[in-house]
Amino acid sequence: MSVGFVMLCHEALDRAGQVAAHWAAAGCPVVIHVDRRVPEADFRALVEQVSHLETVDFCTRHACDWGTWTLVAAAQSGAEALLARHPGLGHVCLVSGSCLPLRPVAELIDYLAARPETDFIESVTTRDVPWIKGGLDTERFTLRFPFSWRQRRRLFDAYVRLQRSLGYRRKIPQDIVPHMGSQWWCLTRRTLEAILNSPRRDIHDRYFSKVWIPDESYFQSMARLHSRRIESRSLTLSKFDHQGKPHVFYDDHLQLLRRSDCFLARKIWPRADQLYAAFLREAAPRRERAEPNPGKIDRVFARAVERRVRGRPGLLSAARFPDPGRDTVRSCAPYWVLEGYGDLFEGFTRWLHKATGAQVHGHLFSPARVEFAHRQPVFAGALSDSAALRDYNPESFLANLVWNTRGERQCFLHGPRDAQQIEGFLAADANARVSVISGAWAVPLFRSKRNFTALRRKAAELQKIESAHLARLRAGQMRASLRVWSMADFVEAPAEPLQALVEEIGARGGRRVRELPQMVDLTGFGQFLQSLKNEGMLPHLMGDFPAGEARPAAPAPRRAYVAR
Amino acid sequence: MRLRRRRRLLRAARKSRELSPVRDRTGEIGARDMLLVSTLRNERVRLPYFLDYYRRMGIDHFLMIDNDSTDGTADYLAAEPDVSLWHASGSYKQAGFGVDWTNWLMRRHAHGHWTLTVDPDEFLVFPFCDTRSIRALTDWLDSAAIRSFGTMLLDVYPKGRIDAQPYAEGQDPLEIACWFDSGNYTVTRNPVYRNLWIQGGPRARAFFANRPERAPALNKIPLVRWHRSYTYVSSTHMLLPRGLNLVYDSQGGEKASGCLLHAKFLSSFAAKAEEELQRRQHYAGSHEYKAYARHLRDDPDLWCKWSEKYINWRQLEILGLMSKGSWA
Repeated sequence: MSVGFVMLCHEALDRAGQVAAHWAAAGCPVVIHVDRRVPEADFRALVEQVSHLETVDFCTRHACDWGTWTLVAAAQSGAEALLARHPGLGHVCLVSGSCLPLRPVAELIDYLAARPETDFIESVTTRDVPWIKGGLDTERFTLRFPFSWRQRRRLFDAYVRLQRSLGYRRKIPQDIVPHMGSQWWCLTRRTLEAILNSPRRDIHDRYFSKVWIPDESYFQSMARLHSRRIESRSLTLSKFDHQGKPHVFYDDHLQLLRRSDCFLARKIWPRADQLYAAFLREAAPRRERAEPNPGKIDRVFARAVERRVRGRPGLLSAARFPDPGRDTVRSCAPYWVLEGYGDLFEGFTRWLHKATGAQVHGHLFSPARVEFAHRQPVFAGALSDSAALRDYNPESFLANLVWNTRGERQCFLHGPRDAQQIEGFLAADANARVSVISGAWAVPLFRSKRNFTALRRKAAELQKIESAHLARLRAGQMRASLRVWSMADFVEAPAEPLQALVEEIGARGGRRVRELPQMVDLTGFGQFLQSLKNEGMLPHLMGDFPAGEARPAAPAPRRAYVAR
Repeated sequence: MRLRRRRRLLRAARKSRELSPVRDRTGEIGARDMLLVSTLRNERVRLPYFLDYYRRMGIDHFLMIDNDSTDGTADYLAAEPDVSLWHASGSYKQAGFGVDWTNWLMRRHAHGHWTLTVDPDEFLVFPFCDTRSIRALTDWLDSAAIRSFGTMLLDVYPKGRIDAQPYAEGQDPLEIACWFDSGNYTVTRNPVYRNLWIQGGPRARAFFANRPERAPALNKIPLVRWHRSYTYVSSTHMLLPRGLNLVYDSQGGEKASGCLLHAKFLSSFAAKAEEELQRRQHYAGSHEYKAYARHLRDDPDLWCKWSEKYINWRQLEILGLMSKGSWA
């Protein structure tokens, strides 16, 4: 009782020959199927390469097309040849020319000898298959596919559409329940012979010859009819990317493959000299019989597919440039836009930094220059403080800033005096946390001792900007989280929203806010607003401030106001 | 677009008269060989390392165009066994900044080959380039039916004055210029040719802070499985047919991409900038070189406290400057 191999190859024949010789040396017979499209000279070279090996043979050559019956025909021819010449085999493995054994052949022989009744073939009903790419899951069994998908794509697609529109459905032979799985299997001689010698084989072959990708379903379905015991997994480690294309293994996968404890792997890059050298060196079987464990490799390749399909949100690069509106986040992490806070409080940035440990910038979009935290001329990622560079592409600027400081939290001040082009980006970005004390822009005007006419003009201008800004942030497509307090409400009880803000950003060490920032002296602010009204302007964003009498400046933090 | 492509090809044919073979070894190019195409002028001192770097990567044959060098570049290249050399007598500027010449050479010799088009100061870095040859990459691209591979040009610079450490022949330029800007790039899409347009980096920061729109383009598509009907349009920034420019993913994912480490800023740079300024043979009235010359006279230090020191491709991948895509 031993194991034999049927090997399908169409390229890198020298590698196939090398692997065949390896198996033959370990006492396992091999039958090689070489695609008829392979040039005669290459075929001759392979024959020559293995001519000294008595247990390596060749079978009838078929011209193979991906996704068609020809691959099953090739496997059948190979299996028939192998069984005819070596009647004592216990198991037969179907492998490809780019497969490589990862464990000593003796370990595989022992493993199979200990499971003489078991067929190792991944075999799953169509309903439960998650990996099918591009539709055609059940339809591959109910439509006809006479055209090659690779060479005659249009004809293939048109014929599928035609059959769908006519409502055509093939009849599945009554004894067959379609199953699918990896085309690389290892069947017992008994099961394989039962499939090949079945009295209904003509009917089955005729049916499957028009099924789409029958090499993933013929043996998988037939095994269900004849097998005594199916272990639904493949002994060949084989991973596929998002397009259903097999992942390739290179020299740098050596350790990963070693630790996987799988028996076989495909596809191996033909020039991966180190892999071939390492795994074709005959080693003594190890004492402990590990079960195959491809978990780590699975994770590596799953991550690669994830990277290809989803990418890293918030990143724009030569590799990733999503169409507008494609991403719900335009930055890679949450950040806070604080409007009005800088006007209402003295030293607000310092206070917030102290309370949260977050990076708190000044007005990043100030017209003069970018006010990075601590007034740095250059910031993370070598972002320049030049306003011209920033305004050339403000969206890239902000996305870069958040990307460059991954792992830190970013906050910045903003207001109607700043460049407003970033608005659309903020509104569309689910990571933007915008917190507005509306009307607070009036405080610096109130405190300046400028000519009142000029102040009135400036106030009207700023109010217009802020109104428009709020309207746009509130518009339908908005993804940012937005909180707006009128200045009057905020001044009335500042502790609560400040505490909430600190908690949202994340308080340093999880502590409560001990002291509040120093609010500017608002004595006479109501009168100031009244004067603006008297001049014919309507300052409405700050809420109701009674004229004449002053409100108390920043109230001492009262425990009752601290939200918990 | 087809017309534009035809015109490009015709232009290349016309400009081919300016090219004369100095040493033509193209007969030795094998059917599966990887080619490298480069136009250069007075780069003698950089050549030994350059050729060595790309031979190690797996380039089989070099197609080089020498534009009137006076420093022995031609003699050196003619003596190398895997180099075919042409001499270009005409104006670099008139030849579309060399593009017409390279288009012609590639039409003649690169059909069906994976071809890398780089300048002598550009060093390709691609995912796994420390463990896999460029053939592994192109085999993988072939298997996915991908015809072109995108990169970002990443300027690397020394710490301190650019002219402080002299560059010695055969030396790895990255020993001197090993710093780069990690996150100040802007990306937009060119609706006409569908390529991305990337700007930024130390050149934008130091030389173009007041005129960002003039900062040089950093998007490059240097590696293409060439077909005789293809043509580069502007340097290696974009190609026709336009499908070749779609080296990025627009559905939110990431395609495999690389970086071209641009070791322009070495000790020889200041002299080169002055010379190029005199020749006026560069893009858009050589404004780039004017800006260099202006700044280099007073403060030639591109390094800042946020500069990142180059380690390997994995670092660039983590920083988001390149991507493995689904290649693992």
